[in-house]
Amino acid sequence: MMDNDRLDHSIAKLLAVDANGALRYLPRTRLSSLFSAGDLVVANDAATLPASLVGCHCASGEPIEVRLAAWVSHHNPREFAAIAFGSGDHRTRTEDRSPPPPLAPGDRLALGPLTAVIEHLLDHPRLFRLRFLCETAAILAGLAQYGRPIQYAHVTEPLALWDVWTRIAADPIAFEAPSAGFALDWRTLAAWRQRGIGFTTLTHAAGISSTGDPALDARLPFDEPYHIPEQAVAAIAHARSRGSRIIAIGTSVVRALESAADVHGGVPPGHGIARGRIGRQTPLRILDALLTGIHQVGDSHFELLRAFASDVVLASVSEAFRARDYRPHEFGDSLLIERQRRARHQALALAAVEGLNNI
Amino acid sequence: MSNDIHLQDLRVAVTGGTSGLGLALVRLLASRGARVAFVARSAQTVKHIAGATGAVGIVGDVGNKSDIYPVAIQITGNLGGLDALINNASALGPTPLALLADTQCEELEHALAVNLIGPFRLTKALFGALAASTRAGRGAVVINISSDAAVNAYSGWGAYGASKAALRHMTAIWAEEAKSENISFLSLDPGDMDTPLHALAVPDADPMTLKRPDRAAIEIVTALLAALPNDAVRAVAEQP
Repeated sequence: MMDNDRLDHSIAKLLAVDANGALRYLPRTRLSSLFSAGDLVVANDAATLPASLVGCHCASGEPIEVRLAAWVSHHNPREFAAIAFGSGDHRTRTEDRSPPPPLAPGDRLALGPLTAVIEHLLDHPRLFRLRFLCETAAILAGLAQYGRPIQYAHVTEPLALWDVWTRIAADPIAFEAPSAGFALDWRTLAAWRQRGIGFTTLTHAAGISSTGDPALDARLPFDEPYHIPEQAVAAIAHARSRGSRIIAIGTSVVRALESAADVHGGVPPGHGIARGRIGRQTPLRILDALLTGIHQVGDSHFELLRAFASDVVLASVSEAFRARDYRPHEFGDSLLIERQRRARHQALALAAVEGLNNI
Repeated sequence: MSNDIHLQDLRVAVTGGTSGLGLALVRLLASRGARVAFVARSAQTVKHIAGATGAVGIVGDVGNKSDIYPVAIQITGNLGGLDALINNASALGPTPLALLADTQCEELEHALAVNLIGPFRLTKALFGALAASTRAGRGAVVINISSDAAVNAYSGWGAYGASKAALRHMTAIWAEEAKSENISFLSLDPGDMDTPLHALAVPDADPMTLKRPDRAAIEIVTALLAALPNDAVRAVAEQP
């Protein structure tokens, strides 16, 4: 379990970037002061799986850590894409972890009460499709009782599930925490409701954020299933019809909504899969602002910010992170960035062109 | 409750689901088609009841902090969400019943852990799932099983009564706080029932004078359905 200092979200800082690129430095407790009546806030209510399993590679007898990294079939816990690490634990940076023993299709893995088999490698010696050899309820029981949340080298104390579930955590489908949601609590949501600030949720299976292997990291994020409920679609349509701002809590909300959106800004309800990266070339059709963590240039999360702001603005953001000692990672500080006016104009122009092309 | 009511879409979790009132609730809800998960400590008994009822059996002790999230993730993972949580598991305290001055501190702590802290922890862990259910228009309800010992000061029932009184008051406060999320909280006293727990407390009681758990279960499920929005109840009741 983490120490209380790290869990004390009241000390977190917030960097706010408005639509003109101007920066403001605030305590994160002031987040709500940046929202107005009519704004719609959209959060990811996925709960986080205990996706790290340690055990033994039966063919070699070598220790292995398996990190479940992506769903093969949504809500079917029998099969996952998974990444293997060798001996050692999370206190060693992923970049410095020992490789796993050579893996081959058909190899069995003894993971506490669970037994799994490697179906086939996924074009990399550490990435493979894994199948558990028992029924769904037994898999969930095994994961719940034996699995641990994916740990981080920058957090020395072991993370428990209660450390990685946001207050709104519901459906357990995320592989790492949708950590921007740590900024939310029930008091805040009640206050928003009183002020006329809308709130809705979708459920997005936020995937593994880093593997420590450059070739694998280049393939992130993996395909991520999401579900957008009817009430979220209605709230988004209502906000758009009024010209209200729509604010994403976390990059996973950006991935889900912008993947689902059609060229006219419509969002269908139901299940979908977010594929590929969002970046400079991605037109934002739904979102006006994003609350996210403090990311480093080159991270897929940081590159996603280029859909919201120019390189010049993001350079000033990075400099502000450094100069003001903003804490990165899942339990650190926050960035609220509004879509820059230039980006908005580009998106509208692109939507118009695409609309014409579709006539 | 009508005999022909069907609850196919209702997702319910019951703690202490292998004996007494909890078992009666699991049997009733499963027989009416609800998707039920239950929690109890004995792996062997859980397996037996799961096999007999078709409900999802989860091994865990709500009095044990480290069991709570593993239980929660199995509930929502197996049921695909949660509409109703029934915190039924209870610990009597010292047996045979003891005066407070004769009660070990650890016995009081254990009663509080199972009867108060456990329901608090599990409800908190599942609050996000319950809120998601209300956002989807399904409604959500938490039922905490109480006792007349939560209200009346019965000699010998100190650990149990104090813990149930605290649970009752916590339920009342949570009911106020959760109104904004449209989650209902109910504290229900099923009355003196012919259950293993009652037999532990009052070994000489005549079972014929006690309420049958099946009868109490019907009353509790009726209250549960009444606490859900009309649309949600109609939706689950109209399933063929």
